[in-house]
Amino acid sequence: MLIADLFFYLFAAICVAAAFMVISARNPVHSVLFLILAFVSSAGLFILLGAEFLAFILIVVYVGAVAVLFLFVVMMLDVDFAELRSGFLTYLPIGAVIGIILLIELVLVLGSWVITPQIASHITTPIPPSNEVSNIEALGLVLYTKYVYFFQAAGVVLLISMIGAIVLTLQHKPGIKRQSVARQVSRTRDESIEIKKVESGKGL
Amino acid sequence: MAEIWTTYIWPVLVIAAHSIAVLVILLVLIAFLLLADRKIWAAVQLRRGPNVVGPFGLLQSFADMLKFILKEPVIPAGANKGVFLLAPLVSSVLALSAWAVIPVNAGWAVANLNIGILYVFAVSSLEVYGVIMGGWASNSKYPFLGALRSAAQMVSYEVSIGFVIISVLLLVGSLNMTDIVMAQQGEFGMFNWFWLPLFPLFIIFFISALAETNRPPFDLPEAESELVAGFMVEYSSSPYLLFMLGEYVAIVLMCALTTILFLGGWLPPFDVAPFNWLPGVFWFVFKVCLVFFMFSMVKAIVPRYRYDQLMRLGWKVFLPLSLFMIVAVASVLHFFDLAP
Repeated sequence: MLIADLFFYLFAAICVAAAFMVISARNPVHSVLFLILAFVSSAGLFILLGAEFLAFILIVVYVGAVAVLFLFVVMMLDVDFAELRSGFLTYLPIGAVIGIILLIELVLVLGSWVITPQIASHITTPIPPSNEVSNIEALGLVLYTKYVYFFQAAGVVLLISMIGAIVLTLQHKPGIKRQSVARQVSRTRDESIEIKKVESGKGL
Repeated sequence: MAEIWTTYIWPVLVIAAHSIAVLVILLVLIAFLLLADRKIWAAVQLRRGPNVVGPFGLLQSFADMLKFILKEPVIPAGANKGVFLLAPLVSSVLALSAWAVIPVNAGWAVANLNIGILYVFAVSSLEVYGVIMGGWASNSKYPFLGALRSAAQMVSYEVSIGFVIISVLLLVGSLNMTDIVMAQQGEFGMFNWFWLPLFPLFIIFFISALAETNRPPFDLPEAESELVAGFMVEYSSSPYLLFMLGEYVAIVLMCALTTILFLGGWLPPFDVAPFNWLPGVFWFVFKVCLVFFMFSMVKAIVPRYRYDQLMRLGWKVFLPLSLFMIVAVASVLHFFDLAP
């Protein structure tokens, strides 16, 4: 287990360091790149836990899609760093107060957290045992049987948010020429070509 | 001590040897595929192509490589130096690392992961970062526009590639690459491979693979008539070589993926005398080269798409079609009780 421990500390250290660099990097694009590093190293932690499906989904969804869009937006923003930093001190007290309140709340929640005694038996023996079915199969067996309504509800929520995004961004401006492939394809020779006999020296 | 040797050091050495073997063979293969690409392109246009270095120009790629390595790398003054040099590395390392799970024969893979296809999908979804980072770090307008185009293009076509892969997985019932190939084995030889039952998806996958690897007719990130060389404008010498290498490795990876998902991997076209004498590696490489030939023919024949047409094809044609095919395949498997 020595090697696994070593890799755990490696990934954990990279993850924490990258997360720290996300908030301390001067350049927002560098911040996003460090965020990606943090995602990738937490995927490494997932693999060490034996949850390889979650690890790869994390990479495909967060690193491959979400962070690309982050990077996309951040690269195109014209951020003025001097202006950003000038407001830093004036807002510091408010930010500090909110941060401290959040910290106290978290400590209170964690302090009063009671873990049910029988959960320990579930954690130590994953159902079904991991050496019989693969990770992804076990996840599918639980997700599509026991939690099927939650799964469907999550799907509906995503559908609604997708429709919302489309409604917000879709706008048909009049007067813009758009390509209609169906119309182009359905054009025939008769309606698009006209042959004219031009008498010489007269023009059309 | 002996235990550490048998559990850690020896396996690591074996894996390292496997990886080096795969890398060397892959890189030599790519050197000749690059030449083949140019030769095919030249033949379509009635030119002779590279024919000076070595017999029939066979050593052209090696000469190019030497030239790239020996020239001076130029880094623009306004570039973000770290990211600028990291981008080509990201591009080539990611493309090469996906090859770890590609089986070239029964059991011939560096890592026989049970989620192999997910690994390839994850790694190939990261390849867009090389392009974005390179385009942004160059601090210039053309590379930036190229990078933006590329980001949108790769993310769009990844969606339909994902759906096509899901349809194949429905027929296989496993994410292991070796299982995917073995599921295509049957008495009808090449008519048992998934290109026939999933025919429209085979075409969608092929076209999406062209778009995902920025091959013509979807080479908008580097459309030379509009963007000079796209995200690679500011690159020279070794960094440029790494970008090109990453691009071609990704292309050959997509060819290999097409072979594994739809063309039966290392299986011979018919399981009868002359065909099954040849080893599986031969069939695998032969099929990869065949798909690559199709890639180069498309490059030579088809004119470049306009950007809005590219997006339309990805989101309005391929996405609904591949989604519908998932439903259709799943329904057929369910109602005819064929699910594995």
